[in-house]
Amino acid sequence: MTGRVQRVGQAIALAGVATLLGLLVWKVAFDNEEGAADKLAKGELVYAPAFSLDRLDRDGTLSLASLRGKPLVVNFWASWCGPCKDEAPVLQQTYERYRNQGLVVLGVDVKDFREDARRFMRRYGITYPVVYDGKGSTIGRWGIQGYPETFFVDRSGKLVGERIAGAVDIERNREAFERGIALALGDQS
Amino acid sequence: MRRALALCALAAALLAGAAAAAPSPSDLEAELVCPVCGTTLDQSDAPVAQRMKRYIRERLAAGATEAQIKAELVDQFGPGVLAEPPKSGFDLLAWLVPFAVLVAGAVGVGVVAWAWSRRRGEADTGPPAELDPELERRVDAELRRFES
Repeated sequence: MTGRVQRVGQAIALAGVATLLGLLVWKVAFDNEEGAADKLAKGELVYAPAFSLDRLDRDGTLSLASLRGKPLVVNFWASWCGPCKDEAPVLQQTYERYRNQGLVVLGVDVKDFREDARRFMRRYGITYPVVYDGKGSTIGRWGIQGYPETFFVDRSGKLVGERIAGAVDIERNREAFERGIALALGDQS
Repeated sequence: MRRALALCALAAALLAGAAAAAPSPSDLEAELVCPVCGTTLDQSDAPVAQRMKRYIRERLAAGATEAQIKAELVDQFGPGVLAEPPKSGFDLLAWLVPFAVLVAGAVGVGVVAWAWSRRRGEADTGPPAELDPELERRVDAELRRFES
């Protein structure tokens, strides 16, 4: 009887250790998914991760898939973020300047109060589409590390150019911003 | 007059009780997490945390309850803003599993202790081991020498 109890105890202990080991392996192997930004930085071909989120500029939802075929500037921002205020006029001007070429600037408001975001949009005269991601569901798949961050997507849905971390169109990234727009529009020059 | 005094005392007691039950901003700040930095609001100075603290104060001043404020923040930022997981649905497991493990551990220790004590008992009640004749002869000789 005692031998059987001992064997059962040993089996339970072994099962516990095996479970913990399995969890560790799973965590190491599968839970370190790279965001799109990291793949882009390595020069890999990467498509813009899909999302479908509520709009802030009007009622309803907007999915990235519905914009397939259009060049995009995807900007992750929040109303509490200082540099986001600096770049807001630039993004609005970019939208107005390239709109007739089909370019869409798409704002993704992350981890923010909806009303704060709407107030921000009114204050800076933002008319391009903005979606709301209060829970931050896009962060991991896109590989967002801070705010603001900006990506460029071509008509086929691929990320092009480079990810711009920080406010756009300042001295250090003006060239990258303009090149990203050109690549998104399909201008290889 | 006595009746009026008693009513006043009752009203004062009720008001004091209500005041004691009302949540303070610091209570809520310790129970909510900054969605950007991952620490509780009372430990964070991140811009979004500061905005959330202001929101909590505004809502408390407007008479909102703790539960209402938490629900509103969960609606904006998701359940990740709660420092403690909710006691419902799948998150209930976070509360139950530690107790289940504790109980399982206690039962396991009990079973092992029972088996161990039983084995010792069996060993104690067994027949005494026979002494080696050579050793017995030497012990007897030593005892005789000691007594003489």
